[in-house]
Amino acid sequence: MSDVRHVDGNAVAGLLVEIFGQEMTASRGQCGGCGRIDVLANVMVYRDAPGDVLRCPVCDSVLMVIVEVRTGYRVSFEWLRWVETQS
Amino acid sequence: MAGTEIHRRLKWVVAEVVDLIDETPSVRSIVLFCPDWPGHLAGQHIDIRLTAEDGYQAQRSYSIASPPDGERLTITVERVEDGEVSSFLLDELRIGDRFEIRGPIGGYFVWDPDLGGPLQLIGGGSGVVPLMAMLRTRVVRGSSVPVRWLSSHRSYDEIIYREELDAYSRLDGVEIVITLTRSHPEGWPGPTRRVDRAMLEEHAWAAEDRPLCYVCGPTGFVETVADTLVELGHPAERVRTERFGPTGGRL
Repeated sequence: MSDVRHVDGNAVAGLLVEIFGQEMTASRGQCGGCGRIDVLANVMVYRDAPGDVLRCPVCDSVLMVIVEVRTGYRVSFEWLRWVETQS
Repeated sequence: MAGTEIHRRLKWVVAEVVDLIDETPSVRSIVLFCPDWPGHLAGQHIDIRLTAEDGYQAQRSYSIASPPDGERLTITVERVEDGEVSSFLLDELRIGDRFEIRGPIGGYFVWDPDLGGPLQLIGGGSGVVPLMAMLRTRVVRGSSVPVRWLSSHRSYDEIIYREELDAYSRLDGVEIVITLTRSHPEGWPGPTRRVDRAMLEEHAWAAEDRPLCYVCGPTGFVETVADTLVELGHPAERVRTERFGPTGGRL
């Protein structure tokens, strides 16, 4: 069986609410590595790094890295080309 | 401002333990009363925050097991090896205790009768918890959406919600199949192996029935089942998944 350490975007649903101010797991985003468009619930999430690393489920590119800092969170947008929000 | 919005949407509120139900030797349901609870959808989860007398705090996420029910909600917690929070919740927690919760959280792995069906629920171990919220919602709302349940557990004693599932299996439009992967009692009527392609072909809705599928459990289980469903012709966007890591990985 392949690497099963990761969880998925559902596990960071609360964190994404804190960052974006709204529920995001049903929102779509695009991977800039392979062009895949999918909902954020389907990203792979590695929680054993310092912070949370969100990766594309198709090509493994790092989409976002979320690290807790003293003032809140530091969010690095890596290969996440765009993400939609809901009004 | 966004900041105000954030705090309005995910605010910590106090919940009181009003009932404790031992589901299996290592799984317990905790019924909470929360006057400030905004309501939820089946499939959503909550964060809980425990604060010790010395100020030490621990935070975890748990799926909600109960259908929307006003100010009450139930979570179901599995004991995790060396898990300080699950040990506390299973061994120390008493009726009348209070702790903080926030939620509901999540908007993708959710089901409501308005989404229709047929509904296919597939769970591994404690991955059945959010699926049970969906099944209970279907039952209490009097929905006629046909539902098939397929869950995998290691042994008979580890089947979560066993008696309730047995009762639901007698309802019209509800089919319950449980597979036991390590040991099973003599005369066990269900399958006795891991969920595989043949089991899905026999017990799950076929792709031409256009079911809405929800799969939850350990990551390896979810990926195997979801990939097989897609191979069988189910469109990927009708297979919703929730992975919780290695077996027992939810600390």
